Amino acid sequence: MLLTIAFYLFATVVIASAVMVIMSRNPVHSVLWLILSFFNAAGLMVLVGAEFIAMLLVIVYVGAVAVLFLFVVMMLDIDFASMRAGFVRNAPLGIIIALILLAELVLGIGAYRAGALVLGTPDGTAAPLMFESNIESIGALLYSRYLFLFESAGIILLVAMIGAIVLTHRERPAAHRRAHQDIGKQVRRKPEDATVNASPAIGKGIDL
Amino acid sequence: MTETFQDWGMSYEWAWGLATFAGVLLIALPLMLAVAMIIYMDRKVWAAIALRRGPNVVGPFGLAQSFADGLKVFLQETIIPSAANKGLFLLAPILTFTVALTAWAVIPFNSGAVLADINVGLLYIFAISSLGVYGVVISGWASNSKYPFFSAMRAAAQMISYEVSIGFVIICVVLYAGTFNMNGIIVGQIGHGLGIFNGYAFNLLLFPMWVVFLISSLAETARAPFDLTEAESELVAGYQTEYSSMSFALFWLGEYANVLLMCALNAILFFGGWLPPVNWEPLYAVPGFIWLFAKIFLFFFIFSWIKATVPRFRYDQLMRLGWKVFLPMSLLFVVLVSGWLMLTRYDCGDAGRVYASTVPVTEAGVLYREGQSAANLWDGRCADDLPALEREFAS
Repeated sequence: MLLTIAFYLFATVVIASAVMVIMSRNPVHSVLWLILSFFNAAGLMVLVGAEFIAMLLVIVYVGAVAVLFLFVVMMLDIDFASMRAGFVRNAPLGIIIALILLAELVLGIGAYRAGALVLGTPDGTAAPLMFESNIESIGALLYSRYLFLFESAGIILLVAMIGAIVLTHRERPAAHRRAHQDIGKQVRRKPEDATVNASPAIGKGIDL
Repeated sequence: MTETFQDWGMSYEWAWGLATFAGVLLIALPLMLAVAMIIYMDRKVWAAIALRRGPNVVGPFGLAQSFADGLKVFLQETIIPSAANKGLFLLAPILTFTVALTAWAVIPFNSGAVLADINVGLLYIFAISSLGVYGVVISGWASNSKYPFFSAMRAAAQMISYEVSIGFVIICVVLYAGTFNMNGIIVGQIGHGLGIFNGYAFNLLLFPMWVVFLISSLAETARAPFDLTEAESELVAGYQTEYSSMSFALFWLGEYANVLLMCALNAILFFGGWLPPVNWEPLYAVPGFIWLFAKIFLFFFIFSWIKATVPRFRYDQLMRLGWKVFLPMSLLFVVLVSGWLMLTRYDCGDAGRVYASTVPVTEAGVLYREGQSAANLWDGRCADDLPALEREFAS
């Protein structure tokens, strides 16, 4: 009863806010609707018992990715009218992509309902649920059966990260580099090294 | 509590709903009271360090000062700037306040005294506290004013930066505890320091992580010396500049509830939560929540002490500390801690569990599980620690 109510609540909000993401005129509102949609998707995950995935969804997407989205969208001055202008021209392409996605969904659900998808071990037997906590189950699978895929995903992410750093890294010109401040040096500096206590005679200046 | 209501003849769903509602009230109302008193304490400590008296007019010793402030704020007019985005402008303080309260759902106040005893308790807190930044960012943007907007940008960058190192610190603790469950983490700390002290902070590998966590929690809650989001000499009052009346008060309450949460996390992750500080039998007679409150109080004192004595960081120093000092350091400690655990616990506890689960067919795993008591599963330590754990379970 409670579960059903919660499911329909989360599902309705996910769909409604996903629609609002593309309907709202203000890009900042779009991002906020997207965040609401992510959050309710996490709620759905909790309902099916995948609490670890739900928390990861909130931490990674809502807590980090969407903040950066919001950051960028707030900083940019996007003219939304010009972005909407190409609607008619882009509509056929959009419809084709939507149809492909629909076909994939239908195929996927059909295959699942036909019982073709059984998560199994290399020797063909179904993977048993080892631990009651799904963090442990996921860990056991990731570090045994899917170890290679897991490690290669990690390497791909590392390469992407280095790529992003290389693309945005700019060599400072020599003049700027000289002006670069060394915080350690600033902190180590003592008053005696930086100041001179001089008592010049009247009418005489001091050499600096 | 659900069982009590069921004994009164309610169906399970109604009993559960009522028990949860009662639990929420039991946490939220005292929390609000605690926030009021902690603001008073903050001002008193700050005043004492500056050789002033602090609030001393309203009520005995000025104890009712926070309530008077609350009443004043409540009676003020809510001003919404005409250029502001009205809906989001009002949503932001509500969001900050709600998020600050929500995280308390998984904080254990005593053995078993927790509203939601979930497997992913620590991850839940991490997820919820990462939502805190939205209140600040939305308020800064919706105010449609320059200073709040600068503040929002700073807040977003600052909170994301320090969340990374907090995440690594949490991983170190979880590696030792072998669980994300908050009660499990606390029970894992019994006698951790030489069998005498309760707390991960007494471990040489985890002590530096506690220091990182303490400083990061200051930055995460935007307390001094990291209060760049409301640096009054640069940004007026930061993201709160355009706020007045109750919407301002909600920010205020939410901020202090967050600070209290971070103090509680310091106590739970590194100083044994509701356990007494020393693993000595008579100390267990004192109710657990008293120990927890004492530790929260102590950490809050440290927070106000730092606020009163340390000057504000510059923005580039803040970013440098987060990304160039804390991130590499905590990453190094994740490697050190996991290496140490691999070395010492390979054939018992967690390492054993991971080993068992690499065997694809369950046999090894099941055999392994059957040989373990619930406490050992929770804790992931070897059998010589069991008496202390079992005593804790019996109580």
